[in-house]
Amino acid sequence: MTATDASAFSTVTPIGAAVRRKEDHRFLTGKGRYTDDFSRPGQTFAYFLRSPHAHAAIRSIDVSAARAMPGVVDILTGADLAEDKIGDLICGWMIHSKDGSPMKMGSHPALAKGKVRYVGDHVAVVIAESLHQAKDAAAAIAVDYEELPVAAGLATAQEAGAPQLHDIAPRNTAFEWELGDRAATEAAFAKAVRVVSLDLVNNRLAPNAMEPRAAIGEYDAGDEAYTLWTTTQNPHVARLVLSAFVGIAPEHKLRVIAPDVGGGFGSKIFLYAEETVCAWASKRVGRPVKWTAERSESFLSDAHGRDHLTHAELALDAGGRILGFRVHTRANMGAYLSTFASSIPTYLYGTLLSGQYDMPAIYCEVDAVYTNTAPVDAYRGAGRPEATFLVERIMEKAARELGEDPAEFRRKNFITKFPHQTPVILNYDTGDYAASLDKAMQMADIAGFPARKAEAARRGRLRGIGYSAYIEACGLAPSSAVGSLGAGVGLWESAEVRVNPTGNVEVLTGSHSHGQGHETTFAQLVSARLGIPIDQVTIVHGDTDKVQFGMGTYGSRSGAVGMSAIVKALDKVEAKARKIAAYLLEASEGDIEFKDGKFTVAGTDRAVPFAEVALGAYTAHKFPTSEIEPGLKEGAFYDPINFTFPAGCHICEVEVDPETGVTDIVKFTAVDDFGVVINPMIVEGQVHGGIAQGIGQALLEGVTYDSDGQLVTGSYMDYTMPRADDVPRFDVGLTETRCTTNPLGIKGCGEAGAIAAPAAVINAMTDALGTEDVPMPATPATVWRICEAQAAARRAAE
Amino acid sequence: MALEMTGSYDLAVPREEVWRALNDVAVLKRCIPGCEELEKVSDTELKAKVVAKVGPVKATFRGTVTLSDLTPPESYRISGEGEGGVAGFAKGGAVVRLAEIEGGTTLTYEAEAQIGGKLAQLGQRLVAGTAKKLADGFFKDFAAAVGGAPAGASAADAAAEDGGEAAKAG
Repeated sequence: MTATDASAFSTVTPIGAAVRRKEDHRFLTGKGRYTDDFSRPGQTFAYFLRSPHAHAAIRSIDVSAARAMPGVVDILTGADLAEDKIGDLICGWMIHSKDGSPMKMGSHPALAKGKVRYVGDHVAVVIAESLHQAKDAAAAIAVDYEELPVAAGLATAQEAGAPQLHDIAPRNTAFEWELGDRAATEAAFAKAVRVVSLDLVNNRLAPNAMEPRAAIGEYDAGDEAYTLWTTTQNPHVARLVLSAFVGIAPEHKLRVIAPDVGGGFGSKIFLYAEETVCAWASKRVGRPVKWTAERSESFLSDAHGRDHLTHAELALDAGGRILGFRVHTRANMGAYLSTFASSIPTYLYGTLLSGQYDMPAIYCEVDAVYTNTAPVDAYRGAGRPEATFLVERIMEKAARELGEDPAEFRRKNFITKFPHQTPVILNYDTGDYAASLDKAMQMADIAGFPARKAEAARRGRLRGIGYSAYIEACGLAPSSAVGSLGAGVGLWESAEVRVNPTGNVEVLTGSHSHGQGHETTFAQLVSARLGIPIDQVTIVHGDTDKVQFGMGTYGSRSGAVGMSAIVKALDKVEAKARKIAAYLLEASEGDIEFKDGKFTVAGTDRAVPFAEVALGAYTAHKFPTSEIEPGLKEGAFYDPINFTFPAGCHICEVEVDPETGVTDIVKFTAVDDFGVVINPMIVEGQVHGGIAQGIGQALLEGVTYDSDGQLVTGSYMDYTMPRADDVPRFDVGLTETRCTTNPLGIKGCGEAGAIAAPAAVINAMTDALGTEDVPMPATPATVWRICEAQAAARRAAE
Repeated sequence: MALEMTGSYDLAVPREEVWRALNDVAVLKRCIPGCEELEKVSDTELKAKVVAKVGPVKATFRGTVTLSDLTPPESYRISGEGEGGVAGFAKGGAVVRLAEIEGGTTLTYEAEAQIGGKLAQLGQRLVAGTAKKLADGFFKDFAAAVGGAPAGASAADAAAEDGGEAAKAG
């Protein structure tokens, strides 16, 4: 970094300034340290033997030949887990079915016990001196499988006679959940003048973090304590689950370190088999055990996202106003319920079905279905993209059926009075949906679209435009509220602000940064508040031995909840510093003002800078320690009183070449209301990344299993991620209504792009192609077939 | 994923001789591509070790080969299944028919195969082509082994099923 760049960090950084990311110096110079970068003395390497079958009973596992292979330290199976009384992996959110029964959680051992339920399921682990030796030995393990019929498809897994995954869950159904008022919704439909219906598939996605999952488990026989380095978004939750449920070690004997983590998108929230086994096995073998996923293992075993089948109906009155909305969704859970899987298609999905619209009645039913596929859990947006895709697709379709302008149809149904109680739990505190719609329409030059469409038609291209007026519930979440809905944890956040005697500051946070730039935005907040240069602030996170407790990063919660906790701790720091400053200035505490990093006696020029107060707090010479404790360090736990509600309007304009089926996104406009923005550059980066993933879902990505449950999109040869030339330049704008329920007025920005973009793209595609039936991913092959069928129909009509 | 192949070969050898060769372990071992071991357990059951490479996945398959529905000298069904360890599994079968023609015998087969695990995950795009190559290789070597160069061979057709549309995206 040049001196000029470094000087950028030696200033006080106000909220709202586009401060460059402090952490990028480390990342761009190759000094980041990820889990796989760590090596421990005497470490061994783990390799997991995975099931090639989607569903099979294991008659026997013969490891004798493998055990004799060079370099093999140990080979462990489910029988060894049982011997050590290691518990199953759990799902931490209890959902009750509409008949009141608790969800049916199939047993999920870290290593298979008698049965495998998806391709990639964990059969055995080989621990060896080198990775190659572990792999060679794994090839010598003889597993006698009895293949079982496979339930690979979500559409058929609940049918009578379908192969059963778990004895506990008849019809492969984990739960049949409902939300909303059925009777009121039926009544709304009874008086509807028009009913618009829609069937949708929300395609399954693989998370594809740049850094694959990895773990190193180490057991210290002297301290009888474990350390686990791992790629987690929430180290304390990982420790809690490993301790309280899996039973590896008590919490105070287990340290979880999440060092630099290269992307998560939700997939690193969960506690997986591999990380669990590395911790457990390190004691069994008496040496550190390391595992790093290969990309093909990531495709097989990282929890996937989305995968819904939905039928929905929207009831409208004669004026085109919404009377009611009813939804039936089948959500694929995969073979086991992953850590938070049950909450995704329920309380993070059904609660968002009101969108930005005043809907008097909503009724939603969700069946959670087991299939012989990898587990499905949160993926960027987690339930909210599925809700937005549904709401915004049916709104677009309704406008077309009514012959109304899609923007004006939305506008007349917008919620305009706040706070607004929806029929599906949530209470929106604030928002201005017309403002983001108007700004997006202006930026997207809606007025000029007909001319652009006509011009494209002259070139033989089909041009379409699509809206997505999304809303999300972020800032997860008020603890008592989520507790009443079945969460096994509270969703507050903690912070500790440690002011050192020389006036620099360390902030310990329970949030975890894996690409979001917390080391900058959190420091920016402290810099602005204390009036000290941003390079005087260090953010510490990701280590359970340093940070006392925290709930981690997901659900766009780190700004709204994590930073609010820092604000609360800063309030305490300032209050104490003010008392100390009063003694240093020999003035009354009531006369002390704190501004621009200085404590001043009001109406005078007598002042003492923050750093001097910090030093004074530690020397403790000038104040009575019987009244004020020495030192300057404060902690806080912040529990939000409501969710936050980021919302906005994305508009996508596409041009389709009917000859090739290739779709070109010619313009993408995103106007978001994230409340107060701390660092607009980082926010814009989050929006860009989210939209890219949303475009990926709409046009390119789709996890596919064949009818035997084999993963046929298991590498980048067959699973297409968006590349630079697949995404356009993004036109990004902001509107602002301040969140009313947290001290900074922040709403959160991490997921908006992924939530809003798929509907915007598909609404544009359906507009261009003149059919509502454009499945995701709308690949060139898919689009070309649609165009060919239309051409054939035209020829037949002539 | 499942795979189906059919093919037909004209051999300048009498049907009885072709039939004998089809039941001769030494001939089969020579002709099965990558076959390292093939030993008779009974008249209708054999144990096999076959090294196969599909795209980036190379594996040693250990498994059994079974002959059934024997109607000498007209037809039989040959089927096998093997576990390739970390590479996955392969299994399949073929109905082989022999018909007498002028100057020799026509051999036709209808085969189906299934693969799973890493083979399906990484080799998916290459499976149909590889399977056709293996089948062609077997019958070419088999024709040579029975002493009559193929009087005429129609290309084997291989078709992969169940590929899935998204699989072919991008």
